[in-house]
Amino acid sequence: MERTGRRDKMPPFNLSGGAMKRVRIGNGCGFWGDNRDAPARLAGAGNLDYLTLEYLAELTMSILAQIKAKDATAGYATDFIDALGVLAPILKAQPGLKVVTNAGGMNPKACGARAKDVLAAAGVERRVAVVSGDDLLPRLDELAAAGHALNHLDTGAPLAAIRDKVVSANAYLGARPIADALKLGAGVVITGRVADASLTVGPVAHEFGWGFGETDLDRLAAGTVAGHLIECGAQATGGLWINADDSTHLETVGYPIAEMTEDGAFTITKPANTGGAVNIETVSEQLLYEVGDPARYYTPDVTADFTTVKLAQAGPDVVSVSNCKANGVTDTYKVSIAYRDGFISAGTLVIAGPRAAEKARRSGAIILEKLKQAGFTYQDTRVEALGAGDCVPGVVTATHDPPEVVLRVAVRDPRKAAVERFTKEFAPLVTSGFPGTTGYTTGRPPVREVFAYWPALIAKAAVSPAVEVL
Amino acid sequence: MATVPLSQLAHGRSGDKGNHANIAIIAHTDAGFAWLRANLTAEVVAAYFAPLGASKVERFEAANVRAFNFVLYDVLAGGASRSLRTDTQGKTLAVALLRMEVPANGPA
Repeated sequence: MERTGRRDKMPPFNLSGGAMKRVRIGNGCGFWGDNRDAPARLAGAGNLDYLTLEYLAELTMSILAQIKAKDATAGYATDFIDALGVLAPILKAQPGLKVVTNAGGMNPKACGARAKDVLAAAGVERRVAVVSGDDLLPRLDELAAAGHALNHLDTGAPLAAIRDKVVSANAYLGARPIADALKLGAGVVITGRVADASLTVGPVAHEFGWGFGETDLDRLAAGTVAGHLIECGAQATGGLWINADDSTHLETVGYPIAEMTEDGAFTITKPANTGGAVNIETVSEQLLYEVGDPARYYTPDVTADFTTVKLAQAGPDVVSVSNCKANGVTDTYKVSIAYRDGFISAGTLVIAGPRAAEKARRSGAIILEKLKQAGFTYQDTRVEALGAGDCVPGVVTATHDPPEVVLRVAVRDPRKAAVERFTKEFAPLVTSGFPGTTGYTTGRPPVREVFAYWPALIAKAAVSPAVEVL
Repeated sequence: MATVPLSQLAHGRSGDKGNHANIAIIAHTDAGFAWLRANLTAEVVAAYFAPLGASKVERFEAANVRAFNFVLYDVLAGGASRSLRTDTQGKTLAVALLRMEVPANGPA
């Protein structure tokens, strides 16, 4: 699998030896809803061996579960199918390029079948493989009977407390089934729920022949660090960077690429002639993004220690990453369970000053008072004067009287009808509220169902990842 | 006493884990990192964010990137799906913390 044809295109400032095999993995999607042009731009210019695409936020699965309940052929990230259509000519021009994605969501097989059709229609030759086994919903009672409590990871509460409200339950699978799929010759691997970093660990473990379990843990840790750094797309390459400004050109931000060698050392970079930036600041900010104890970053593949990692600027928009170490491996998978928890709605108005913040807060109180008069009180309510510091309420305060603020009022309640009634209380303030009230142009705010999050652990032995070539 | 915002000596990023949030604060210099170690304790961060009602604040060190990572437990008023806040995921907590006024001559 050595790609000698690429050698001349490699950056001249690369520190590793010329004969060493390198694997280049780019992530062109950090979440469902990310830049639509990113996958094709990255695959077209990134000189990649693998393109990863990440679609599943914590609660995306609950939404996909609802969709699948209504249509057995749905329940996956449909944006991936659109992206694959756009990627087809690139995949045709780059026969070695492989795609690894968790777009399968709640229905990896249906996603795989659809992907296969799209590729066939475009005349692209790729074997499609599907990873499943993460969906524990059909097995919840069987697992409970076998003693798998799935207690809440933080509170210890028993699952029985919400069992009848559960809409989805998925184990975060690891990289092994992805590597297995690649070993079977897959060129497109579609998974359901897997740990985000495993989308990167699978390809490097396959390419370098790394083992799972207790072997090669430091290398799996390196793959995990690489995967963690690129999993949120542009967040490694200038997005959210503290020093981003006009000169960063985020409108053409390049998506991140990890180029790894067999020893686990790697670089983070982005395609040439793109916006954004790759430097110690962008990479260290992302290294610690959504991390608890940085010495123990738990994944199904390995517990990685982020505190040993060495970063160095190796060239313009190239950061080298080395000395990644493991901190053991657990015998459990994390499980993400979602359950119905009432309904929520949030609406906004704009209130112009003087005393905009005060008027906005009073307007919010009027909305809630009028609802109370109509017989509706709520499980939880919130009034925010955005522009006056309420994004971080009580912590950040306005230093002057802002000319206008956004009034935002939100409620949550188990009764859908009560939440729907709430949405009708914004418009009246346009005539019966304070002077300077405007911004009621989008109509009543939508009501959505709340799917609350219930994290748990399960013994790895109780879960059986499966790989199927379509 | 003259003060400067914490952003003069550090940068950072924040995000969520369920109903918990993390804020990474990364010093620009070794001297700034030493100042953070002595002064930006879990207690100081807990007091700064007291109005948000965190049940606990823990501080972790990542000296390799001159960073302290703060985990604020139960701070998101329910987390991504349940929270009624605009910032359900704690995305703005880092920039909020970087506004903290610190002694101008402290970090040197």
